[in-house]
Amino acid sequence: MKKNYYLMSDGLLKRKENTVYFVNKDVKKPIPINKIYAIYAYGSLTFSSQAIHLLAKEGIAVHFFNYYGYYDGSFYPREKLLSGDLIIKQAEHYLDHEKRIFIAKKFVEGAAKNMDKVLKYYSLENHISSILNDLDGCNKITEVMNVEGRIRADYYQKMNQILPEDFEFEKRVKRPPENMVNALISFGNSLLYSTVLSEIYNTQLNPTISYLHEPSQRRFSLALDLSEIFKPILVDRLIFYLVNKKMINADDFEKDLNYCLLNDKGRKTFIKQYDERLKKTIKHRELNRKVSYKRLIRLESYKLIKHLLGTKEYKPFVMWW
Amino acid sequence: MISDSEKQLRIIGTQINYYFICKTKLWLFSHHIQMEQESDLVSLGKLLHSKSYKDEKEYTIDNLISIDFIKKRDYLELHEVKKSNKMKKSHEYQLLYYTYYLKNKKGIKNIKGILNYPKIRKKATINLDKSKEKDLMDIIEDIGNIINNETPKPQKIKICRKCAYFEFCWV
Repeated sequence: MKKNYYLMSDGLLKRKENTVYFVNKDVKKPIPINKIYAIYAYGSLTFSSQAIHLLAKEGIAVHFFNYYGYYDGSFYPREKLLSGDLIIKQAEHYLDHEKRIFIAKKFVEGAAKNMDKVLKYYSLENHISSILNDLDGCNKITEVMNVEGRIRADYYQKMNQILPEDFEFEKRVKRPPENMVNALISFGNSLLYSTVLSEIYNTQLNPTISYLHEPSQRRFSLALDLSEIFKPILVDRLIFYLVNKKMINADDFEKDLNYCLLNDKGRKTFIKQYDERLKKTIKHRELNRKVSYKRLIRLESYKLIKHLLGTKEYKPFVMWW
Repeated sequence: MISDSEKQLRIIGTQINYYFICKTKLWLFSHHIQMEQESDLVSLGKLLHSKSYKDEKEYTIDNLISIDFIKKRDYLELHEVKKSNKMKKSHEYQLLYYTYYLKNKKGIKNIKGILNYPKIRKKATINLDKSKEKDLMDIIEDIGNIINNETPKPQKIKICRKCAYFEFCWV
């Protein structure tokens, strides 16, 4: 079984035959190549070109995060799975406004319904489904984005009722996050973004053609699109769990005048639990087979491919529990 | 410009094989929506091939047909290695297609095909005759029609659960 490797400390990544080693003054840890699904590098990483050659050959992505835990970029190996036919379909669905807005709305719908499920789990009434009704009248992407923004505002406000007093927050603030919850959301979202990107890499989808977010040159924006659906499921629920179980507390943060970030200890706890969640399985209703949460992201990519090919209309994944 | 008959022949053995197994798989594979890289069965097949016939080398001809190995006798012996003989017809026509291709495109007349099933220690000899050749022409045309149309709706069959496309088809 392949797994994600999270490298939290500084070190060197080198290759000896068909094994990659993570080396620093404390450890020399072998990582057999056929065990690696993706590498997440949080420390500063030095690597040899030989190591990169091997990772490229095996199609393994390396995601880099900076000192603040923000996503910096990925070593995204040469595409092995390319389908010209699919890329043309992907572009067609972007260029045709009706087709684009259909998919964009589905992403917002999926995200909103999952947010609603999260709040319902904590028995919190909310306005998400009524705001979601406004989606029908939207004819522009900016209007769709606006509905999404209003849903999130309502959702974040309700989040305070789930969180203990010292974790309450006013609003979502990014770059830099001002308080603990914002720090957790930012950290979790960039982790999820990388996870989604690795899943997209293993399909024929082109990560730069997106529907809700504008395709841009700086980001693999399709990963942003698909992340929306999974943020409530994989990031937000994890935050409530970690905070309410007191697995993460004020000691896990590094605070300054105008920012707040997870420290090393906090990151380790977060990542460990995050990875546990990715591996957790559920019995999939359609497939009648156990699938992991990570695999759900892949299935979402498959559903999108089928929609683009005209095989089956896309319906976003919504938790049924 | 390539002629129609030429275009028809841009078909690889795997497509002939999939034609007998599942039309959806054939369509997706032909449009480069490939999933085999994740299939344990496919890796197993590759492993079996590399372990059973270590000294033999695979031949790829015109970037189109890959023959597991070839023996040169007073005739040409094409070998295809398979795991089990459950899909006999698809194996048979895949190998017949290689024979057909070499005969019609390369003018090689004296060819014999052998299917090897090392795991069950069995072999089967395949010969291209007039009626099989006619079958192949129909199959090739049919494959062309399938892949130039919409994706065929998946049909649930016994082997779905083992297929690399299972999740894709049924999600």
